[in-house]
Amino acid sequence: MSDWIDVGAVDDVPVLGSRVVQAPGGDIAVFKAADGTFFALRDRCPHKGGPLSQGIVHGHSVTCPLHNWVISLKSGEAQGADQGCAHKIPLRINGARILLAASALMAKAA
Amino acid sequence: MPKKLVVIGNGMAAGRALEELFEHAPDAYEVTIFGAEPRVNYNRIMLSPVLSGEKAYEDILIHDDAWYEANGVTLHRGKQVVQIDRDAKCVRAADGTAADYDQLLIATGSLPFIIPIPGVSLPGVVTYRDLDDVNAMLAAAQKGGRAVVIGGGLLGLEAAAGLKAQGMDVTVLHLMPTLMERQLDPSAGYLLQRAMEERGIAVRCKANTHAILGETHVTGVKLDDGTELPADIVVMAVGIRPNAVLAKEAGLETNRGVLVGDDMRTSDPDVFAVGECVEHRGTCYGLVAPLYEMAKVVAAQLADDVTAAYTGSVTATKLKVTGIDLFSAGDFSEANDRQDIVLRDVARGIYKRIVLKDNRIVGTVLYGETADGSWFFDLLRKESDVSELRDTLIFGQSYVGGVPLDPMAAVAALPDDAEICGCNGVCKGKIVQTITDKGLSTLADVRAHTKASASCGTCTGLVEQVMALTLGDKFSRAATEPMCGCTDLGHDEVRRLIHAAGLKSIPAVMQELGWKTSCGCAKCRPALNYYLLCDWPEEYEDDGRSRYINERVHANIQKDGTYSVVPRMWGGLTNPRELRAIADVAEKYGIPTVKVTGGQRIDLLGVRKEDLPAVWADLNDAGMVSGHAYAKGLRTVKTCVGRDWCRFGTQDSTGLGVKIEKFMWGSWTPAKVKMGVSGCPRNCAEATCKDVGVICVDSGFEIHFAGAAGLHIKGTQLLCKVAGEDECIEVIAALTQLYREQGHYLERMYKWADRVGVDAIRMIVVDDREKRRALFERFEISQKKAQIDPWAERVAGHDAHEFNPMANFTLAEAAE
Repeated sequence: MSDWIDVGAVDDVPVLGSRVVQAPGGDIAVFKAADGTFFALRDRCPHKGGPLSQGIVHGHSVTCPLHNWVISLKSGEAQGADQGCAHKIPLRINGARILLAASALMAKAA
Repeated sequence: MPKKLVVIGNGMAAGRALEELFEHAPDAYEVTIFGAEPRVNYNRIMLSPVLSGEKAYEDILIHDDAWYEANGVTLHRGKQVVQIDRDAKCVRAADGTAADYDQLLIATGSLPFIIPIPGVSLPGVVTYRDLDDVNAMLAAAQKGGRAVVIGGGLLGLEAAAGLKAQGMDVTVLHLMPTLMERQLDPSAGYLLQRAMEERGIAVRCKANTHAILGETHVTGVKLDDGTELPADIVVMAVGIRPNAVLAKEAGLETNRGVLVGDDMRTSDPDVFAVGECVEHRGTCYGLVAPLYEMAKVVAAQLADDVTAAYTGSVTATKLKVTGIDLFSAGDFSEANDRQDIVLRDVARGIYKRIVLKDNRIVGTVLYGETADGSWFFDLLRKESDVSELRDTLIFGQSYVGGVPLDPMAAVAALPDDAEICGCNGVCKGKIVQTITDKGLSTLADVRAHTKASASCGTCTGLVEQVMALTLGDKFSRAATEPMCGCTDLGHDEVRRLIHAAGLKSIPAVMQELGWKTSCGCAKCRPALNYYLLCDWPEEYEDDGRSRYINERVHANIQKDGTYSVVPRMWGGLTNPRELRAIADVAEKYGIPTVKVTGGQRIDLLGVRKEDLPAVWADLNDAGMVSGHAYAKGLRTVKTCVGRDWCRFGTQDSTGLGVKIEKFMWGSWTPAKVKMGVSGCPRNCAEATCKDVGVICVDSGFEIHFAGAAGLHIKGTQLLCKVAGEDECIEVIAALTQLYREQGHYLERMYKWADRVGVDAIRMIVVDDREKRRALFERFEISQKKAQIDPWAERVAGHDAHEFNPMANFTLAEAAE
């Protein structure tokens, strides 16, 4: 297996939106910010496990749909007074394709 | 005995030169002015606000009659000088009026450039130079119709914006590929064009005018490519040329303009020239700042200070169109020895560019945010070495030193001439002085006296900071809570400005109202999306990315990431077919929980997201639509069985509930709206703790509102009593519409009523039949696009990406 796995096209993800990649270790959320930057996080809010892929994306952050925690897309860290970190998945863009690190994508649930 | 000074021209340059002279040497000269215009000296650069209606002629006067009298000036108004006799030292006007001089000052200004094409002399073709031109444009604008402005420079664009503000359809024709190409680089020119187009002004670049059409009056403009544009008025604003005719005829040395040395004297030592008619070191100027610098030197020379010298000016340009912030100064053409620093914020339409040469600023272009314009310009004029500041230079003065200062310190550091209000050209010093002189303490007073922040309002925060600096502890900021961290504006202000400025998209709101973030946040985006949807129901395209998840996927997210689905049951009524469909769906998709809700309908809990469209398809097939149980919108209309079955029922409460729900479903509101209709005062439908509740009585219907039974328990208040069902529905729809238009996003109806007052609401919805009707009609219009079942749309494939994962690797694991 190569180090990176193609999970979709850059156009599959709406701007300011997110798509889910279902993986053995749980869903992964792939985000696209307004400036076209991509990020990937495990689709679980560090607070109560809310699906971050369903939140509102703004700047390089996403607000969790369950209790409005704001999570940095870059680091996965909760912003402001909240503490916790969503697991970050290494991501690369190759031309028009989105690639995720194979090791993280295929990892079993911890 | 004083010497005789004759001035030809009564414009801003001449006026300023005389002001300076009277200050230096009040009694040295006996002054005679010849002015071609039949009026006193006025501020020509403020003609644009006069055209747009933001100012009147009286507001832009510089010298009134008393000033001429007080300084002993003889003003010959409306008299054009036709001859300078340098041998006899005498000037003569067209009507024969003559005056002798010891010293002469030529200030004949400039003439508008007229392109030599057929039709330019037709009535309806005007230039943009003086008050007569403005009056001609205002007269034309009163009749409405179409205007074509030839020239996309400073004057042309200001004329276009003014005519648009006066209600005309305006097209700007510009020969070059981008607007204001002499002051702006192409990027800023593009942003400017977009901004003009956004306010409804058509812009055609690379448009070469071939002829002006018309027999007795202008009817249109024909372009080189054959296009014909109809026009009721054509404004020629392609540029100016120095008016040096008189000087040339008098034998003075002229080129493009009247040639002057650094002492502002022409080739005749007794004759000075000043202003736009002048050519100094090969340059002619058309902006006010250099004219004022020249005027200073002329005055000093006339007062016998022979050392005074004018050495040329670096100019800066600002566009005076309300809501468009643009600043440019110096030279920004590209060259090998120059370096660029560029900052772009695409979402907010901000563009800043600084051109450096040998560590000094030689040019700058600012678009969208011009607060640092005067600072950059200062560095440019002083030729300051900026190598120390370079890393943060582009971020402006407040970032000097690399650390963002607190905003108050940044405002405190601004010089007095720093412009605070771009719309009204109010600088910091003016605000401070007015506050002190007039003892002002409120924002409203400061607005009234200085006009600062009175136009577009985006500088309100700055004005408040200036007030806080000036007043210290005496200043208490207006208690407006900002919508969120992205803006200083409160919900009311944002709603007002969306409406007043005709803002029709989220990026337009963020750009025009100066949002501090690139694309808002999870608080403001849903609010703006709702406000725009409410204000422009027929035009605005809902932005799913600015919806909370429940409204984006039309189901309620649960703690485990599954969803709940609630189909509508009109007035709480259902039937065997619907119940059978619900039962089938629950079994087919393995839905774990089926529950009866408090709103008289059935909730299917634990639906997987990817199953949602299929679940909806089956429910749709049984005739059911979305119950909007997830919406900031109309939820349920709870009813009792009423007259049909109940021995106490006075009216058909079930039927009325169904009618209300069928009329009002689908409408978006600031927060959820729950209704109830009870058939008698025993109130089995619990109508008196709803947002809107109806209590049926023998003689009609009592309409109650502003109740709640959630986080807060609140009984309703009686709004009014009506006799018939139709009137009942009209009042409820009007009430809901008023709430839709005034409510802050997420503000429940009872909180809105507390804020604006029940009496105020009753006055509009009950007492004023016309306003009630208008509200009702606006609600009806809005419902046209709202009453489309969102489930059916998604069954048909809308937003399919929301419901499917992009990829699935869980099976790959199984195959391994």
